[in-house]
Amino acid sequence: MTGPFTVRDGGADDAGTGVDGTPAPDSAPFDAVPDPPPAAPDDAPALLDLDTALAEPATRILVCCGSGGVGKTTTAAALALRAAEQGRRVVVLTIDPARRLAQSLGLRELDNTPRRVDGVRPAGGRDGGALDAMMLDMKRTFDEVVLAHASRERAEQIFANPFYQSLSSSFAGTQEYMAMEKLGQLVGTGRWDLVVVDTPPSRSALDFLDAPGRLGSFLDGRFLRVLTAPAKAGGKVYLKAFNAGLSMVTGAVTKVLGASLLRDVQGFVSAMDTMFGGFRERAEATYRLLAAPGTAFVVVAAPERDALREASYFVDRLERDRMPLAGLVLNRVHPDPAPELSAERSLAAAEVLQESGAHPVTAALLRLHADRVRLSERERRLAARFTAAHPDVPVARVPAQPVDVHDLDGLRTIGAALAAASGAAPG
Amino acid sequence: MPPAAAASSRRSRAAHAEPHWPGVRLHVVTGKGGTGKTTVAAALAVAIATGGRRVLLCEVEGRQGIARLFDVPPLPYEERTVAVAPDGGEVFALPVDAEQALLEYLELFYKLGRAGKALRKLGAVDFATTVAPGLRDVLLTGKAYEAVRRRRKDGAGGERAVYDAVVLDAPPTGRITRFLGVHAEVAGLAKVGPIRGQADSIMDLLRSPQTAVHLVTLLEEMPVQETCDAVEELTAAGLPVGGIVVNMTRPPLLPGPTLEAAARGALDREDVVAGLVASGARAEPHVVDALLAEGRAHAERVALEQAERATLETIGHRTYELPVLADGVDLGGLYALAAALREQGACS
Repeated sequence: MTGPFTVRDGGADDAGTGVDGTPAPDSAPFDAVPDPPPAAPDDAPALLDLDTALAEPATRILVCCGSGGVGKTTTAAALALRAAEQGRRVVVLTIDPARRLAQSLGLRELDNTPRRVDGVRPAGGRDGGALDAMMLDMKRTFDEVVLAHASRERAEQIFANPFYQSLSSSFAGTQEYMAMEKLGQLVGTGRWDLVVVDTPPSRSALDFLDAPGRLGSFLDGRFLRVLTAPAKAGGKVYLKAFNAGLSMVTGAVTKVLGASLLRDVQGFVSAMDTMFGGFRERAEATYRLLAAPGTAFVVVAAPERDALREASYFVDRLERDRMPLAGLVLNRVHPDPAPELSAERSLAAAEVLQESGAHPVTAALLRLHADRVRLSERERRLAARFTAAHPDVPVARVPAQPVDVHDLDGLRTIGAALAAASGAAPG
Repeated sequence: MPPAAAASSRRSRAAHAEPHWPGVRLHVVTGKGGTGKTTVAAALAVAIATGGRRVLLCEVEGRQGIARLFDVPPLPYEERTVAVAPDGGEVFALPVDAEQALLEYLELFYKLGRAGKALRKLGAVDFATTVAPGLRDVLLTGKAYEAVRRRRKDGAGGERAVYDAVVLDAPPTGRITRFLGVHAEVAGLAKVGPIRGQADSIMDLLRSPQTAVHLVTLLEEMPVQETCDAVEELTAAGLPVGGIVVNMTRPPLLPGPTLEAAARGALDREDVVAGLVASGARAEPHVVDALLAEGRAHAERVALEQAERATLETIGHRTYELPVLADGVDLGGLYALAAALREQGACS
């Protein structure tokens, strides 16, 4: 296999997947695997070497995905900063960063334009590195797509359509598509040699993988023709059983949507009609870009049950589409700081002290330590379950930070931890 | 608030604090990812059902989180009992599926049996639920509305609500205002007609005192910040904010003065060494270092948590606290959380 990453074989596990790429209901493997015995060194996952990947010129796109609250945006920003300080020209596209993280990147407003991040320090004699950052403005991105595909006049018509205004600014889901559209644009400019993308914090974050197929079936389907047919004034057509077919459906649509909304939708669809082909082409181009060897997907998770289950889902989803998965970043791991003192012994010692009434501070510290060891063990068990279900996925572990990250130094610490994770022994 | 009278007659059965949300029929539970909002939604459903009520717990993110929490096999798109609450209540669960909801909606409101099928064949259903993914929100909130409003014969010639309350495990805080406001958007699009009427009714319910949007948070900076932002956005959109549920709290393990010393890094090392020796544990320098560092990290976290708690208090909404469950959430833990919510008055 070529490229800097462990390229996974998608395998023959496509059974049960709809032709349209309907997501599988859930990742059965994760739940089906029993707890493996803890601390079995042979079962340790391969280490995810992100530093080599970042430095590798062949890496052009890095996509971070995962459920909400696992530190996805921070990971994306830390990787981008590290790559920039290693001498690469990087842009990071964030979706909805925490306010202070955004400020640390110099992002004060959502203006859909990459801005230079001040304070990037090239490491060890490497030159030429730079970091730009931007926040996605989905409405503006959608507008840009329309402008790229339609005459000015036609574009104005579309912008004025109430249906378009809602679709582009208010409806969930548009964000996922527009993030990928923006990714395509950033890569297309050739201004950067690495584009790092954060994804929206939902399962539907990978819906864009289905976009080409869906747009295709929609465009080739009859529904579009129904919508572009002239609106029927009445709504009673469907009642006539013999008047079957399209008119029945148009009638139904009219009845449900109301004639004026249907006119808006039809106006939107016919104004967009000439553009849909272009949409499909773009979706297909982005899909090919993502599947190419220069792309690396990084799945981010925290060592918690739900987050790892979601990570498992993302891994399965990426494998099904044969997307280049680099590995899993396991954030906020709590290592055991003193493995020689087990939870049981620590609690027993605390009890001895409590009975004697002496050294209450030491007793409290021993209980605290027992808690920490148990947490650490639970996290290891959960991580081991993930690895049992996905033995080929390399893992990088990032220790929990005492405070939230909101400056470049904090991002550097995370970046160093990500790099160190590939050199240190697991656990 | 018509159900207020009924609620007060039921209240006498409650063993704990006066319920804080007597007239509320729709409890929306949101929170930043990772804060445990599905767990809190499920615990809230059990808490409300306690004492003989029927509660529907809806999930809209297609994750089957409810089935996992109640330890039952994945649920179909169908309302079925998942738990019996203390004193005779029942919790029903429904994972709402957008496509099924659309077909059901067309059938229910427009009697479009055949046309509905034709729409599906033409790819219209796929279009509505995926290519135009925002319409998902329309359907999901529409389904919750339908469940709140559904009525049945009460056997005495009258009618009553099928569910005393509906608990909605909603999308995360970042999306919640848009999610709940989607029908205002629809109302703006459809100037007249049945869709407009429906959208207006749904917004009326969501903005009424019969709805409460509860926010789940942790005592960490980003979840608290998002909670404050969401409260502001919800309030601006006219959506009623309910309670703030602080999830996974843990009591400080060190006594007050020790905590201060630990935060300054001023714990007495010799005393810890002596303590370890007295306890029979090995007092290796590495272990002593680790214990002192853990004490300091703990103290720093407690201080951060106090600061976040103070921030939450400035929002001015009721707050509830749920403890972290040492072994993760299982069915027993869920009932314990439900009891904790009830004791604090977080029920209707």
